Amino acid sequence: MNLVKLTIDNKPVVVEQGTTILEAAKSIGIKIPSLCYMKMDDMNFENKPGGCRVCVVEVEGRRNLAPACKTECLEGMVVKTHTVRVINARRTVMELILSDHPAECLTCAKSGECELQDLAQNLGIREIHYTGEQSHYKGDRSPAIIREMDKCIMCRRCETACNEVQTVGVLSAVNRGFESVVAPAFEMDLDHSVCTYCGQCVAVCPTGALTERDYTWKVIEALVDPNKTVVVQTAPAVRAALGESFGMEPGTLVTGKMVAALRKLGFDYVFDTDFAADLTIMEEGTEFLDRLTRHLNGDKSVKLPILTSCCPGWVKFFEHQFPEMIDIPSTAKSPQQMFGAIAKSYFAKKLDKKREDLVVVSVMPCLAKKYECTREEFSVNGDADVNVSVTTRELAQLIRNANIDFASLTDEEFDQPLGESTGAGVIFGTTGGVIEAAVRSAYELHTGKHLEKVEFNELRGMEGSRKATVDFDGMKLNIGIAHGLGNARKLLEDVKSGKSDFHAIEIMACPGGCIGGGGQPYHHGNVDILKKRQRAIYEEDAGKPIRKSHENPFIQELYKEFLGKPLSDLSHELLHTHYFDRKKKVEIEE
Amino acid sequence: MAKYKNHILVCGGTGCRASQSEAIAANLQKAVDENNLGNDVQVVKTGCFGFCEKGPVIKMVPDNTFYVHVAPEDAEELVLEHLVKGRKVERLLYIDPETKAPVSDSRHMDFYKKQLRIALRNCGFIDPENIDEYIARDGYSALGTVLEKMSPEEAIKVVKDSGLRGRGGGGFPTGLKWELTYKSESDQKYVVCNADEGDPGAFMDRSILEGDPHSVLEAMAICGYCIGADTGLIYIRAEYPLAIKRLKIAIDQAREYGLLGKDIFGSGFDFDVSIRYGAGAFVCGEETALIHSMEGMRGEPTVKPPFPAQSGYKGKPTNVNNVETFANIPAIFLKGAEWFNKIGTEKSAGTKVFALAGKVNNVGLIEVPMGTTLREVIFDIGGGIKGGKKFKAVQTGGPSGGCLTENHLDLPIDYDTLLASGSMMGSGGMIVMDEDDCMVSVAKFYLDFTVEESCGKCTPCRVGNKRLYELLDKITLGKAEEGDLTLLRNLANVIKDTALCGLGQTSPNPVLSTMDNFPEEYEAHVKDGKCPAGQCRALMQYVIDQNLCVGCTLCSRVCPVDAISGEKKMPHFIDSSVCIKCGACMEKCKFGAISVQ
Repeated sequence: MNLVKLTIDNKPVVVEQGTTILEAAKSIGIKIPSLCYMKMDDMNFENKPGGCRVCVVEVEGRRNLAPACKTECLEGMVVKTHTVRVINARRTVMELILSDHPAECLTCAKSGECELQDLAQNLGIREIHYTGEQSHYKGDRSPAIIREMDKCIMCRRCETACNEVQTVGVLSAVNRGFESVVAPAFEMDLDHSVCTYCGQCVAVCPTGALTERDYTWKVIEALVDPNKTVVVQTAPAVRAALGESFGMEPGTLVTGKMVAALRKLGFDYVFDTDFAADLTIMEEGTEFLDRLTRHLNGDKSVKLPILTSCCPGWVKFFEHQFPEMIDIPSTAKSPQQMFGAIAKSYFAKKLDKKREDLVVVSVMPCLAKKYECTREEFSVNGDADVNVSVTTRELAQLIRNANIDFASLTDEEFDQPLGESTGAGVIFGTTGGVIEAAVRSAYELHTGKHLEKVEFNELRGMEGSRKATVDFDGMKLNIGIAHGLGNARKLLEDVKSGKSDFHAIEIMACPGGCIGGGGQPYHHGNVDILKKRQRAIYEEDAGKPIRKSHENPFIQELYKEFLGKPLSDLSHELLHTHYFDRKKKVEIEE
Repeated sequence: MAKYKNHILVCGGTGCRASQSEAIAANLQKAVDENNLGNDVQVVKTGCFGFCEKGPVIKMVPDNTFYVHVAPEDAEELVLEHLVKGRKVERLLYIDPETKAPVSDSRHMDFYKKQLRIALRNCGFIDPENIDEYIARDGYSALGTVLEKMSPEEAIKVVKDSGLRGRGGGGFPTGLKWELTYKSESDQKYVVCNADEGDPGAFMDRSILEGDPHSVLEAMAICGYCIGADTGLIYIRAEYPLAIKRLKIAIDQAREYGLLGKDIFGSGFDFDVSIRYGAGAFVCGEETALIHSMEGMRGEPTVKPPFPAQSGYKGKPTNVNNVETFANIPAIFLKGAEWFNKIGTEKSAGTKVFALAGKVNNVGLIEVPMGTTLREVIFDIGGGIKGGKKFKAVQTGGPSGGCLTENHLDLPIDYDTLLASGSMMGSGGMIVMDEDDCMVSVAKFYLDFTVEESCGKCTPCRVGNKRLYELLDKITLGKAEEGDLTLLRNLANVIKDTALCGLGQTSPNPVLSTMDNFPEEYEAHVKDGKCPAGQCRALMQYVIDQNLCVGCTLCSRVCPVDAISGEKKMPHFIDSSVCIKCGACMEKCKFGAISVQ
């Protein structure tokens, strides 16, 4: 690798050829402010359109200022990052951005987390000298995502997330000049697009232009209703990230505090989605073994690989993009929906209540879950199995609203019976976790042997697309894993063209899996945060006394008392679903 | 080929066609046939003659008699008088504005005398829809020579030695660009012709494509040979239907003759050209935006490097040249690099085509050697300012350029002098302004254009130009405050310093150049609330001279908003808070009592 020598603010620095001024400066402790730029290694996310022009610096001998994020270091370059010319340009550019941005910070959903706000503060903007017309765009409220594009600053991060990372292709710049904005084609609503509601656009938006649909008030209303029994379930990835909202180190596990806080909020039963994850393994694992056995016995009607179906973003993605393959994914519902179905049947019966008397709230790292619980097939006579889904961020909001000092809470345990879970249920929160959990149980159920070592390190990691072969007592099982829908697409294309020989594939829509979900505390582009959350998940798994789903005593009880066995008629009715061909068809009116 | 004694050249450029030149040609043909002159006289529909001011125009060859403002009904007379009887039709001859005498032929017209036509060499002479006419004027022989006798390196050296620089506006040395693309290693390369002409009032490229499409095709093939590309793409705006039609005909004919396609001239070199349509976005003239548009992406520029020579269309090395640049290439190979290099100035060789427009007598398309002064262009070729008014400024370089003043009139026009004076060559728009033009409004006009045409990608252009426009608007409305001029200048400088692409970086030029050259005009607007040119309606005040008014009441009766009051036979008054400055009163007043202040 060739090295180049340059000076930045009179400091000499040697970097590899191809390094940008921004990166070179960072390596010697000079933090050039930037806005549109965002890069996440391992996530295939690199957004540097060079559009905001906040990171401009002076390069000796150059006619105009250079965008540091986009300009590569050259031998002998002399860079100045804070001359009068630079500071004036940077402030003026910032004022221009602010001059077309609603000054609604006090009531903005992003306040306190807004990168634009931080930058304005850092640059010391106290007055906006350039004022004029402001852009106005029609609002868009989908069940999961709210688009307030008046707040869009055209950083294009959402576009990169939607197109490059997720390959969903809903968001792109439309219109020209002052009217330009990022939107679905023809500025349609997300509802009418092929949006998966994965929420990765929200996760990277620097301002309040893209936020989650806030349902905290619905939760508060349910909690104060004396006629309702309010049940809450929390997804595995929430406990690995919630602490961040209260200033804790990323990767701090707050399971016990979270349970305590939920109880303080007034939930009647604090349950765990991890329980439903164990249940998912029972159903999905059994379905997999059934398909695998029939396949091995030469049944040509059986299709492999089986694809996981826990992730609603992923489900909507394949319904839109690969409708010809909707018979391959497992028919098992997601843990959120399995929980809802069991809560409103098995558990309601235990309480001697009607399903309508129960309100099931889910706390999810996810925005697609908000959409998932509105899907018609997940309700009975208009009563949804899961009534409200809130994100990790919204839970933090609820906790703050209730004046709870989160950090000082004493750990508490989940309620039973739907609060007991195994380590296998916990690792659902990260990429590779669902398939590892499935393998742990499937191995024992298939081979009849005891699995000595439950950790499958070959299935773990952060690479976007992974392949591993697991030895099932002599039988080689080919496993594929993808996180990020772009990676999923590649894997699926290979399946479609017959290029791959996988037996099972796990797919999660978000980079990193649920730990990187669109409803998690904002990572602001820091991939280390995701890695720390992942470590926390595996840590929780390692600390669990039971680590295989089929060994969960309450799962065993559920089958004994209620469901019978996996894939029973009742299981099919409550725990399995079907998919729809949602391919966009162009209809030409005659 | 049949030999004719006489040719009637009928301008078939878009302008003359809009004034029925098609019908003129048809009627001429009819008259020729009726007089049994079909074997001796050929009617040819050519490309643009350039003298659009006087269109539709026709020219009789060989004597070069130049008829202006011809109507279809004149055809019979022209044939009978000029061809049959050998007498010129005096009433249709061009009248010299100075001597007021009819001019016998185009060689004696000032409009043409100072011009040197290289890029336009065939425009107005040949039928662009007939490849034989191009070949008859040595067409495709440059390509033949290059393919048969030169290596790519040798051919590139010719272009480098010629000193040709990009005619699209930037002025990047063409030979160097070719060399860079040549040196980029790749299995596939592309030659792109940038025909996305978008400056307001500019029609140089359109005229070349309409009048001499083969010269561009030939040059693209030469370029393809030099850089190692077998595919040429012409990016042209869809609003140029005639140019597209003629290009298509030219491509088909060239293919038919084996001048495009496989194994051209038996040299083993393959090259073909196809057309890509643009939807008419100014920014798509920027080469990276153009390439994205051709790829089916949003027409947005990206930061350079990488340059198209390294990574262009579909990520492959791509050489992008403008239409006029290409049109020069065959001539350079035919007459030699040295010949071309001797024309023009030291650092700007050759000629430049300008679309001369605005308040000038001879509006049209001209081509002059680099180094010609603005005075020569405006006063000699352009025939001076319309209506005997006073010259005030000339805008070169379109929305990216600046306004030059009387002090710049004797500047020799080339890339560097224009840049040094705060304007730029641009693609060749040249708009002349007289004493009635308000320079703040002129700057506002260009900003209005830039705001409309910004792609919206970078902040300085998307928001900055909008704010620049709003500040200018404020000034022309008389609402500017103390300090606004400082803000205006700062913003203009920051946009120039920080915008992503050429469009944004140059968009403040009209503001900065007018501020520099006409500071007093800006100050008059801001400080005195006056528009010296009397153009800014909000700053005008209609006043009735109390001494001259006889109280005839005519003004108060025509005023549409009842702003004028007064007793009969007594002096009247205008209430300026009600007045909408329509000027109806001043027009009606028989006593000259109403004036604008």
